[in-house]
Amino acid sequence: MSTAAATHDDHHDHHHAPTGLKRWLFSTNHKDIGTLYLWFSFAMFLVGGFMAMVIRAELLEPGMQFVDPEFFNQMTTVHGLVMVFGAVMPATVGLANWMIPLMIGAPDMALPRMNNWSFWILPFAFGILIFAVLMSAFGAGNPSAPNFGWTFYAPLSTKYGPASTDLFILSVHMMGISSIMGAINVVVTVFNMRAPGMTLMKMPLFVWTWLITAFLLIAVIPVLAGAVTMMLTDRHFGTSFFDAAGGGDPVLFQHVFWFFGHPEVYIMILPSFGIVSAIIPAFARKPLFGYASMVYATASIALLSFVVWAHHMFTVGMPLAGTLFFMYMTMLISVPTGVKVFNWVATMWRGSLTFELPMKWAIAFVILFTCGGLSGLMLAITPVDFQYHDTYFVVAHFHYVLVTGAIFSIFAAAYYWLPKWSGVMPSKLLGELHFWNSLISANLLFFPMHFVGLAGMPRRYADYALQFADYNFWISIGGFWFGLSQVIFLIVAIRCAMKKGEPAPAKPWDGAEGLEWEVPSPAPFHTFDTPPVIK
Amino acid sequence: MATDKYYVPESSPWPLTASIGLCMTAVGGAHFIQQSTMADMAPSFSGKPLFFLGLAWLLVVLALWWRDTIKESVGGLHSNQLGGSYRQGMLWFIFSEVMFFAAFFGAMFYTRWLIIPWLSGEGSGAMTHELLWPNFQAMWPLTETPDGTTTTPMGAWGLPAINTAILLVSSVTLTIAHHALLEGKRGTLILFQAATVVLGVIFLGLQALEYVHAYDMGLTLDAGIYGSLFFLLTGFHGAHVTIGTIFLFITLIRVLKGHFSEDNCFAWEAGAWYWHFVDVVWLFLFVTVYWL
Repeated sequence: MSTAAATHDDHHDHHHAPTGLKRWLFSTNHKDIGTLYLWFSFAMFLVGGFMAMVIRAELLEPGMQFVDPEFFNQMTTVHGLVMVFGAVMPATVGLANWMIPLMIGAPDMALPRMNNWSFWILPFAFGILIFAVLMSAFGAGNPSAPNFGWTFYAPLSTKYGPASTDLFILSVHMMGISSIMGAINVVVTVFNMRAPGMTLMKMPLFVWTWLITAFLLIAVIPVLAGAVTMMLTDRHFGTSFFDAAGGGDPVLFQHVFWFFGHPEVYIMILPSFGIVSAIIPAFARKPLFGYASMVYATASIALLSFVVWAHHMFTVGMPLAGTLFFMYMTMLISVPTGVKVFNWVATMWRGSLTFELPMKWAIAFVILFTCGGLSGLMLAITPVDFQYHDTYFVVAHFHYVLVTGAIFSIFAAAYYWLPKWSGVMPSKLLGELHFWNSLISANLLFFPMHFVGLAGMPRRYADYALQFADYNFWISIGGFWFGLSQVIFLIVAIRCAMKKGEPAPAKPWDGAEGLEWEVPSPAPFHTFDTPPVIK
Repeated sequence: MATDKYYVPESSPWPLTASIGLCMTAVGGAHFIQQSTMADMAPSFSGKPLFFLGLAWLLVVLALWWRDTIKESVGGLHSNQLGGSYRQGMLWFIFSEVMFFAAFFGAMFYTRWLIIPWLSGEGSGAMTHELLWPNFQAMWPLTETPDGTTTTPMGAWGLPAINTAILLVSSVTLTIAHHALLEGKRGTLILFQAATVVLGVIFLGLQALEYVHAYDMGLTLDAGIYGSLFFLLTGFHGAHVTIGTIFLFITLIRVLKGHFSEDNCFAWEAGAWYWHFVDVVWLFLFVTVYWL
């Protein structure tokens, strides 16, 4: 994927880069907006992480210590919402903003002003949600923040939801508007803005995975909007969508929610597949094994994600044919996912491997994500799920795929592309400390959750039976350790932002491929004003 | 007219200010709904006033934003490639709207095909039926809910059939206008686009009339799942017709101002696509909500 006219500077840059506050508030530049997304998502990661610390502090020992059960419920709820919608999703959108135009040789995102709108809705949407939590913690009369779990099942969120539920509904609508506009921007950029010669099957896999992610977002976020709208009318206008007495059904909520919710988990993980597929070839110094099969596997995973949603609901009860259908469809997903894992391993096979920071995170991703995938396969088996449902085994499963999966890959991406973003190499020493501390503490945190889950410890409770005490103590220690380790990354990121560190060459990783390495580091404010020609 | 370079706009204050408006609308909307439906919530500034202030703010900002876009278009800054971005963006936006309606249509079929038979004792619903609502009988439209609320279904062959005809005719008039736009026949374009807008307004008037009838005969939002689905499906459709009518009205004004030519008419075509989408949704509504 080499180029003839790629290394071209912004010499005919007629409008100069804006400066000061205006640069960030009114931006139409994909790199600045990407940076905003990344900082926002990291801030949310720390906020959501702080809530996890409250949860783990309460669960350090059996009995009630720090918070009352009502506030504990609010913490589990808002921790989930902030991490899913505020940390992981915006982080991958930030990466898309920064990297997609650079990777396909486009001057910017297709619709730059809408791009900035997608970002600026988020701080307000999360401001509303976090305000509800602060009011609950410190406000007069302590009105409850949302307390029904991040899945906000009816009737907990309709008949029994606190007053702040309505603010939560509107804040979900805002996040949805942001996501849909962001996704439309990605799809249009990929289809309409590729440099001449950049055919679809020459695109880096990160662009492919994001294209498919964006399609999923446009397809399912409106369904989430429908679900919260039905909640709102059930709460205030007497409709009966989730009320059996009026001819509706609370289970209908779960169907609508998980029709959104299952594709949603792939929305969080597909960009990670793209990241890892960029990093592993770079440090194995071999082209990605099975590029085309990676593309088709990603598309298959996305399509299958629309027909597996009820595997979240096996214990709710449904006709046997439905149960079997959803069980087999879910197990089928392991085929394309397996293709991906084999391709990553085959890429490393007999490669000239070196283990720089991005590669360390990527390998950790492959191993630990596969771990989470295997426990997912166990959960897919209906009769087995009857025992695992709503236990810490489920918590272990989705934290393996989301923390050691999605978030580890986002760190991999950060260490891989920070030289391009900032122009300096991230500190090796701090990076190693961050990696090893995160790796060990995350496993101390999440692995024992499998054991307590299999032994029957339910999720979402503020207290537990005595026999779970030892494991929970170590889980909490792992939690605090993991949380503190992330402060190291904050220092790494701030040092890069302040340009402290060894200056980065245009291509700091010698095996790296792609257009983004053909522009200087840091990438100039405008790149590819005139499209490069791809051979 | 068209340039080769892809137009990347200078920094713009509208996205941030629109977000502020959206936030006020959302917070105000949530409080407004609470304060008008819950007895223990007193009206305050953070309710109705904030909602309308936010809405007005949002609309003003969007108008200013679109004014910038129109200036750029008229000023010849838009390349054919940018036109492609707008067109593709609009199509994906319409796809997202399709999925929004799909959630409500899905809820309707799930209710008709599964919930109501189960509540009447089919399949695994035997004990629910026996213990909770032994007198409940499956039917659609659901005129008597499990807890005994009764209602009357809306027939298909009165106003709804007339409305179907109106929307179908409006699709034809809009297509004639589209051909006139592409062939440069200005008179025909203005006449048939104006006719389309008028048909849209008539549709909305009749829809309002139908709602009055519905409430008179006891078909209300809180009359069980049939009323819920009826009003949310037709209500969201009506909201989309309203937006579509405003959209066509604005592009009509822009036609009068001479903004469009056969190769620079994205906004016009976006309005037309939106109108056809709203039409197709209505056909599904007519068949599944009113008729069958």
